[in-house]
Amino acid sequence: MNSPLRVEALRKSFGDNEVVAGVSFELKRGECFGVLGPNGAGKTTTLRCCLGLTGADSGTITLAGEPVPDRSREARMKVGVVPQFDNLDPDFTVAENLRVYARYFGVSDAAIRARTAALLDFAGLPGKEDANIRQLSGGMKRRLTLVRSLVNDPELLVLDEPTTGLDPQARHLIWERLKRLLGEGKTILLTTHFMDEAERLCDRLAIMDAGKIIAIGSPRELIAAHIEPQVVEIFGEDAAGWAAQHAGNFAERFEVSGETAFCYLHDAKPLLAHLDAQDGLRYMHRPANLEDVFLKLTGREMRD
Amino acid sequence: MSYFAFPSFSVRAIAVWRRNFLVWKKLAIPSMLGNLADPMIYMFGLGYGLGAMLPAVNGLPYIAFLAGGTLCASTMNAATFEALYSAFSRMHVQKTWEALLYAPLALDDVVAGEWLWAASKSMLSGTAILCVIALLGFVHSPMALWVLPVIFLTGLAFAGLGLIVNALAPSYDFFMYYFTLVITPMIFLSGVFFPLDQLPEAARWMAYVLPLSHAVALVRPLLNGELPAHALLHVIVLAGIAITAFWVALSLTRRRLLR
Repeated sequence: MNSPLRVEALRKSFGDNEVVAGVSFELKRGECFGVLGPNGAGKTTTLRCCLGLTGADSGTITLAGEPVPDRSREARMKVGVVPQFDNLDPDFTVAENLRVYARYFGVSDAAIRARTAALLDFAGLPGKEDANIRQLSGGMKRRLTLVRSLVNDPELLVLDEPTTGLDPQARHLIWERLKRLLGEGKTILLTTHFMDEAERLCDRLAIMDAGKIIAIGSPRELIAAHIEPQVVEIFGEDAAGWAAQHAGNFAERFEVSGETAFCYLHDAKPLLAHLDAQDGLRYMHRPANLEDVFLKLTGREMRD
Repeated sequence: MSYFAFPSFSVRAIAVWRRNFLVWKKLAIPSMLGNLADPMIYMFGLGYGLGAMLPAVNGLPYIAFLAGGTLCASTMNAATFEALYSAFSRMHVQKTWEALLYAPLALDDVVAGEWLWAASKSMLSGTAILCVIALLGFVHSPMALWVLPVIFLTGLAFAGLGLIVNALAPSYDFFMYYFTLVITPMIFLSGVFFPLDQLPEAARWMAYVLPLSHAVALVRPLLNGELPAHALLHVIVLAGIAITAFWVALSLTRRRLLR
């Protein structure tokens, strides 16, 4: 089957710093594939290589059936990109932004005019054709950037942190639109820091750290493969002291971070009974999620 | 890929040109008036003010002598401004280039589009000045129409040089150096305000490598209805500077953006 994007053994260094250190993955048509990773993991560089904007040191990339970087122009004809930071044209109105961007793909003015109203409806910006870009809110700009990436009716959409900096309402609207696009058969590749976004949208995920993919699979598979199914978080000033004494008796694995102890286990009942008998400790019992997997695999230390 | 590879741009560069043209069209009248005001002030201020005290220069009334020089200098300024401030804001501030590169355009297309646009814009302002010069009665034959391709070529040369500076600039402030150290001295060394033979021998030799002096050497006789001496040589020098500067600018821009 022809995959919308196939990456094999990709490597890229800046000076002595190997930012991408042997990355391979393949997208299936119609899926949403997420790339997760702390800052500096190599996500953006990987995307830039895939689009042919940065030359890789080695490895092969096939984007939309075309070899990259040799035929990146042809490949990008069939791809839509939503960058991390909006780069709409402030000199143009909403409709002009779509028209000018469509020209870059060789789409005629008449063809894009015929689609403008439908695209703006999809963006939740009906009737805003003549609005100035500076009058749009952050969420509106994001949605306009999203439909701008659709002017060439791409088979693959690449989104770099599509909801960073948006309020919850705006994020939910973007998610809903991305799901609609998946329903229409588009393939989506996105990077994100938000675990809920990844869990909600992605069929499959790759977790990157230090230039490598360290885990790959569906959100459920990753949770099942890498972490105990139950989590009890214990809060309070004594949490650390309590954990040192007791956590090992109940949990298969535990971690202390600040004033919270995280206990990972298969059966939470004995621990919950014990905690109910204690004073001064509050707790929360929940199923394990992607964030637990992410923190286990990439560690809790800050990245810059 | 080597940053210094041969330029490989496609017809998509025209989309970049059209994008810039659409922006210009929105502000065409104030932009044209702005481009006209500066050279007109020089021409009338110096031409009539200073010219009244001067005898004929190279057989021309001083203002007629000044007309050709002013036309070339403002072509240079228009192309330079566009390739510095405007291109820099599209490359660095507004990230317009980034959006272009996500579309099926290579950086070569973007830089080529900017280069052609900056030259076109300088030609638009040069044409406006030529019209004013004609209205003032300083155009003596249809040969003056040959001035149009010359100012386009001059525009390409200065757009290329400007894009080199753009590729190296950390911020807008950097452009001041280029204006103070290159553009302003060039005006005085290229026969814009006075004939080159007023310069000391060494400075006159320097003028031969400056693109502006070649533009002036072509435009001034053409306005007066004469075939310029060594016309082919001047055209070759201007074209050589234009192409070399574009290539260097492209290579430096690749190094800056395609990391």
